[in-house]
Amino acid sequence: MLSPNRIPPSDTDAGERYRVELPTDLSRVGEVVDSVCSCCFSETSPTARTRFRLSTVLAEAVANAMLYGNDSDPARRVIIEVSLESDRLVIAVSDEGDGFDHRVVPQPLDEESIEATRGRGLFVIHHLSDTVAFNERGNTIWMTLPRH
Amino acid sequence: MPFKTSQAPNQAMLVTVEGQLIVANRHELKQIVQDAMEQGVKRFVIDFTPTAYIDSSGLGALVSMSKRVRQAGGDLRLAGLNEDLGSLFELTKLDTLFAIFETPAEALAGF
Repeated sequence: MLSPNRIPPSDTDAGERYRVELPTDLSRVGEVVDSVCSCCFSETSPTARTRFRLSTVLAEAVANAMLYGNDSDPARRVIIEVSLESDRLVIAVSDEGDGFDHRVVPQPLDEESIEATRGRGLFVIHHLSDTVAFNERGNTIWMTLPRH
Repeated sequence: MPFKTSQAPNQAMLVTVEGQLIVANRHELKQIVQDAMEQGVKRFVIDFTPTAYIDSSGLGALVSMSKRVRQAGGDLRLAGLNEDLGSLFELTKLDTLFAIFETPAEALAGF
């Protein structure tokens, strides 16, 4: 069972922080999404829309980390860190890959892309998150969402 | 089982997606449709009434299945999308690619 562990607070922490890591294993994406959502919403009653947004962007980010970041290598791990702030959630998903150029976001709405079978993940993350940021290397994504 | 299937009139099959359609289970759904096509089923309704969320791999699998069914002279329809799932299809413009019905019964009735 994948249960996020609480990270000891530091002086600068704005809220509670949790961390969970798992091997690159696509069959566990649903499990870790459920686990992180339970952690994020244990003390709040989020709207259905908020729950949907978190589930969707987290599934996208974890799948991207496994498939493209870790190149489907089961020896590489994915790390998820969650900060529970008063009004928002900050979710970080990291992989052990070389990163990618996050400034290039595919545009799946182009006419020739509508029938594509891939290339929508980052686009969906950008539209369902309040903010999206990456580290310089491109192997960590931060997403913020409402907590309620 | 995240997918429940049932036969319907007119060589049709209803597939209900429980929980989620994501990278982890998309191949299972594609296999269900492929196996049914080999058994002569030509018309499919994918029912999302009990579905919590769909990721982009799940969307891609639907696009892929729809193409394959159309190429075989069949029809694949979607039904039961709640407001959030419906907005995901609008966001990605996939609402222009699929025939989307309020309920599975309406989708099946149109065959």
